[in-house]
Amino acid sequence: MARRLDLEHVNIYYGNFHAVSDVSLMVPPHSVTAFIGPSGCGKSTVLRTINRMHEVIPGARVEGRVLLDGEDVYGPGVDPVDVRRTIGMVFQRPNPFPTMSIRDNVVAGLKLQGVKNKAKLNETAEQALRAANLWDEVRDRLNKPGGGLSGGQQQRLCIARAVAVAPDVLLMDEPCSALDPISTLAIEDLISELKRDFTIVIVTHNMQQAARVSDQTAFFNLRATGEPGQLVEIDQTQKIFANPTQRATEDYITGRFG
Amino acid sequence: MSDHTGPQTDATADHRPATSATTAGALGGSPARQPPAERAQPPSPGKPVVRRGDRLFRAAAVSSGGLIVGIIAAIGLFLLLQAVPALRVDQVNFLTSRLWNTDSLTNLRFGILDLLLITVTVSLFALIIAMPVSLGIALFLTQYAPARLARPFAYVVDLLAAVPSIVFGLWGIFVLAPALYPVAAWLNTHLGWLFLFSRRAGAPSLQGGGNLFTAGIVLAVMILPIITAVSREVFERTPREQIEGALALGATRWEVIRTTVLPFGRAGYVSGSMLGLGRALGETIAIYIILSGTALSFSGSLFDGGATFASKIAQAAPEFNNPTLAGAYVSAGLVLFVLTFVVNAAARAAIAAGER
Repeated sequence: MARRLDLEHVNIYYGNFHAVSDVSLMVPPHSVTAFIGPSGCGKSTVLRTINRMHEVIPGARVEGRVLLDGEDVYGPGVDPVDVRRTIGMVFQRPNPFPTMSIRDNVVAGLKLQGVKNKAKLNETAEQALRAANLWDEVRDRLNKPGGGLSGGQQQRLCIARAVAVAPDVLLMDEPCSALDPISTLAIEDLISELKRDFTIVIVTHNMQQAARVSDQTAFFNLRATGEPGQLVEIDQTQKIFANPTQRATEDYITGRFG
Repeated sequence: MSDHTGPQTDATADHRPATSATTAGALGGSPARQPPAERAQPPSPGKPVVRRGDRLFRAAAVSSGGLIVGIIAAIGLFLLLQAVPALRVDQVNFLTSRLWNTDSLTNLRFGILDLLLITVTVSLFALIIAMPVSLGIALFLTQYAPARLARPFAYVVDLLAAVPSIVFGLWGIFVLAPALYPVAAWLNTHLGWLFLFSRRAGAPSLQGGGNLFTAGIVLAVMILPIITAVSREVFERTPREQIEGALALGATRWEVIRTTVLPFGRAGYVSGSMLGLGRALGETIAIYIILSGTALSFSGSLFDGGATFASKIAQAAPEFNNPTLAGAYVSAGLVLFVLTFVVNAAARAAIAAGER
């Protein structure tokens, strides 16, 4: 079930490098929040902090709190594996498991959780593929490898894989940047449908995309190279694109820089 | 580009300047877009242009490739030519006889069955020990060990491959064999009913350890580095996106390995193991030192002595004073040569089948 997400004074480091400074924001349930900003401003890093993927990089660490309905995912005794089962993720490049069939890809997460019941797995695979608008295209070749699909289909397969474990939050790290415009449109439509069931955070380089799919938009920036990235402002998407509070935001969305 | 190649190829020589100009004009283009004069020359049909550098490099590559095939063919031919005269005067069936008697030139009796069985048994035994250990080391080095530790550790494993086989042989018979005696005795006492661990009178003593058991374990240590090195290389190349995909689904360390690293690296692991097997099959001097000769024929037990192809040939090499006599051993070498080919082909087939 979709849940609310709060970041409180989050500071992110790679070793001694301070990558992101003091981010606080709130993501309401059943909403789409877009992170925009120039390259290197730390928006993907913030995204990866939410499901504790940041810490798999040696030397990476996080300060501050990331609350899922009030519970800190960095709290003592919280297993990052459980966090990642609750907060799903879709990556920039489609990454289905190449040796697995389409069906096995979709239920890979469930299998990891120990679900063995064949009927249950097949049922979930169909539901997830339908949710990802991929079912009609692959229903006849569920046992074929996922690597044989087109880029856009592979990305929807990855979305199906992420939603199959029924997470509370879905993180998307530039999910369309490796796709053609038609596949991009298919994913964007999908995002609007998925927010009925999930809380969605999406990183995108494409401002039109942010404007099309998101309810609120967060603009990240960095003062200078080597300085930590920071959250400049976050507001309703319409407000950000029509009448931003900060000068830097306006410059960025009107294309005056970045 | 394509926007002005169109009019260009259609145009005859007279029209060209005009069309180019209109194209450039239509595009609002600068003079830089004007195609160079030689571009307009249509390539003469049927004769693709190849640069001299490419031609030279191609010749070099083809001849190197051809050379290695030529060398292998020459070795095969040499073995065959040397073996045939001896095989013609062999008084027993070469493939099915267990005899090896080359004392009398007029009554040569040699068959390779025992050599083949011993070679294969000891090599497979080594492989069975080395494969899981290498897998463990390679996974540890690539997935678990901190970078600070992984590099020197990998270096030490590689160093193991640089130890000369004579050292392994001496270590095997003088250090390892006595150390293994309690294990061997236990196996023989408790599992002696199984042909693998039975010991007949006349076989090398368990204390001495001049048997396939010791030889196989030494071989396992010898092939460990190659299997580990090849596996490590492929495991390291597991795409980052795959690993992160599994992690993001809530996979534990081990589950990440199972869903991404192992499927990705399986083919490399198998081919590394086959390289190891190839080395084990051909290993000579360590086996020569460790294995005791025996009058008994091979029973399939790890506590038998005997000789492999390579150690048998090495043993007799000082006495090759006659081409026919030598031919008997060369024919054994020929079988070993074919055997390694078969192993390699089987490995490739296994990998190809796995990828499908």
